[in-house]
Amino acid sequence: MIHEYDVVVIGGGIAGLYTALTASENAKVAVISKVHVTRSHSVAAQGGIAASLGNEEEDHWEWHMYDTVKGSDFLADQHAVEVLAQEAPNAIYTLEHMGVPFSRNAQGKIEQRRFGGHTRNFGEAPIKRACYASDRTGRAIMDTLYDRCLQKGVVFHNEVFIQHLLFALNSCCGAAGYDLATTEPQVFHAKAVVLATGGCGKIYKTTSNGFASTGDGFALALDALLSLEDMEFVQFHPTGIYGLGILISEAARAEGGVLRNGLGERFMERYAPTLKDLAPRDIVSRAVLNEIGEGKGVEGKDYVYLDLRELGRERLNQKLPEITSLIKTYLGIDPSETQVPVAPTCHYMMGGIPTDAEGHVLADKSGTVLPGLYAAGECACVSVHGANRLGCNSLIDLVVFGRRTGLSIFNEIKARLVHPLPVQAESLVLDKINSLLESHGTERTAGLREALQCLMTEECSVFRNGKTLEDALGQVHQLKKRLLNVGLTNKSRVFNYELQEALELGNMLRVAEVIVYSALQRQESRGAHFRSDYPQRNDEEWLKHTFVNETPTGLKETYKPVAAGRFAPEKRRY
Amino acid sequence: MKATFKVYRFTPETDREPHYDTYTINAEPNERILDCLNKIRWQQDPTLSFRMSCAHGICGSDGLTINSQSALACQKLVKDYDYTKEILVEPLRYFCVVKDLIVDLKPFFERIKSITPQTPLSQVTVEPEKERIQTPEERSRFDDALKCILCACCYGACPVMTEQDEGFVGPAAVLREQRYIYDSRTTDAKERLEILKKPHGVWACKSYYMCTLVCPKNIKVTEAILRTKNKIITEQPKQDATGES
Repeated sequence: MIHEYDVVVIGGGIAGLYTALTASENAKVAVISKVHVTRSHSVAAQGGIAASLGNEEEDHWEWHMYDTVKGSDFLADQHAVEVLAQEAPNAIYTLEHMGVPFSRNAQGKIEQRRFGGHTRNFGEAPIKRACYASDRTGRAIMDTLYDRCLQKGVVFHNEVFIQHLLFALNSCCGAAGYDLATTEPQVFHAKAVVLATGGCGKIYKTTSNGFASTGDGFALALDALLSLEDMEFVQFHPTGIYGLGILISEAARAEGGVLRNGLGERFMERYAPTLKDLAPRDIVSRAVLNEIGEGKGVEGKDYVYLDLRELGRERLNQKLPEITSLIKTYLGIDPSETQVPVAPTCHYMMGGIPTDAEGHVLADKSGTVLPGLYAAGECACVSVHGANRLGCNSLIDLVVFGRRTGLSIFNEIKARLVHPLPVQAESLVLDKINSLLESHGTERTAGLREALQCLMTEECSVFRNGKTLEDALGQVHQLKKRLLNVGLTNKSRVFNYELQEALELGNMLRVAEVIVYSALQRQESRGAHFRSDYPQRNDEEWLKHTFVNETPTGLKETYKPVAAGRFAPEKRRY
Repeated sequence: MKATFKVYRFTPETDREPHYDTYTINAEPNERILDCLNKIRWQQDPTLSFRMSCAHGICGSDGLTINSQSALACQKLVKDYDYTKEILVEPLRYFCVVKDLIVDLKPFFERIKSITPQTPLSQVTVEPEKERIQTPEERSRFDDALKCILCACCYGACPVMTEQDEGFVGPAAVLREQRYIYDSRTTDAKERLEILKKPHGVWACKSYYMCTLVCPKNIKVTEAILRTKNKIITEQPKQDATGES
């Protein structure tokens, strides 16, 4: 079936919905999602969204910008961070006027709280910059955007899994996938296509991400011969519920929670004397694993405690109700009485599909715009997060750059020509699906996926080194070969998740290969990328973005200098 | 330990009637029912279909009927049930089954759309300069409704929907409308009340409290519906309060 729209947005999280909403001012827009749109993983964002409103104490966008640049370990492009920090306050006001139910302070203004790495006056002390809606900030923004999209007549194609981007005359003119309910090919013909597909946490064993986060958009970009930028920078959130990886927001520490090792010590004081438990995530995650490595995990095991007892029951229920109930449900403990076992969990991809600050996908490192293709959100790399993202900066990224992407389309769509669809669009998808359904291969998806998740967790997570990365690269190649021999037991064409997961695993393996490869090339430690064989940051050689793309002879890397700005690289102390 | 699951199965391509399959797996008391279903699918039977996404009760994908009651598979643990006996896993009630545990949710999302006023929005490309003021007390009036994750568990549990008025707009839809009606910033509250006054609207609710009982987010759904009814009665001219003028 062929669908005609002006704009199709692939992915229905906050970035996708915001882009769709903005573009729908003057265009016919559809959002395509692998899940029902309201299930997108943006709903899992808990703690807050950063903007220098100054509702609680003096704040300035320049302070926000400085914190973001320093948090990125100086790898972020400063013109993009400037846009983010400068536009953030108005983005919040716009959300508020759309109906987002922010929590309020005594003056009736949007309430703000502290968050990791956000400081007053260029690093002096923590600042209250995170706007929030209880600890359901992502859900609250998603629900509002969804309702506004309904009012604007945005069309939703739920449970459609996109397999290919379509091009004509070097311009993106649509996308093709299949309906999960029927396995029928679905072809979307459009003047503009937006990738807003989120991240790929599921390539790791322990992650805060949902099952849908399998890096599909990254794979679509690789398929289109595009590069992925800075993929070695993978964020591990320091406080996932031990064993499950479910996120406990930094808001828990912002509200007064502290980390303790097995000896009961507040160890963050030793790693970040000023910000302590509210240091950026890369630093806290390394500190947690360092304590564990020194045998100071709880009972010598591989976790530490998040101590929320100081907050008391009332404050927990008022400020962190969702987190409190998660802890009760999954651990059976009351956090006002018992400490919570936590360990780092894969959370976010700083890298992604290279874009400019207007959401245009860039075809190469020199900045050539690929006509008709846009990207926003976690799958995009503007780059505002560089080597390490600060908490609360992803939601504001989704909103600011989702809006800018929507505005680009709004301004460009009338002038864009309708390019013809490639004739083989449907058969491209059908061939891919049929070859899997008819395969008699002996490998099974579940086993291969587990092998990948273990491999990435053991050899390419918080700490890395050249030797294990080389081994990991070889093993990913082996897994890719084994996937060619995958067979399916399930031959149904109705909601065949074995088929879906085999396709997802193909995407996961391609993305994992790029992550490992990028990590292997970067012989320094910066932000979330820590090489134990190169433990120092090396600005002389490595103050540059990694670009990696697929070629017939394997992955190839090139580099692009970081866009400098008002803040020169300095030693990162907190 | 071992746990046994009796699971509703239906493949439209080959089955005329649904049937049940029984699976025994290794499971711990603290494991999620979703983990168990995944073990069945990944280790024993890849043909089993069910939805899932976040796996911690915030996305609303895996609403099922477990031991005859609506629940999220990712939020219920094995120990929440008597695991010395078979645990019965079925699709959400009320909706049509598409395959196995997957139901057709179109009627659900269409209802959410149906309660959204279709008045044109102001241009979202124009940015406001400041936030509107709302006191914490005003904000708290609709806080409970904000917890809704659109999982549709309440639809599967509502006796009105399953037995009396198939067209009832449903608990989650009334709750979502209540969220806007009670928000001091909402400008189209009147229009929203009008929508709820229509046939199959808020008055179809007979306060069975089943929605409240099963709600995975512990929302006082029935109370929200009653408050909405009360608002209609107190704010509208008497003769058309029930929409029957």
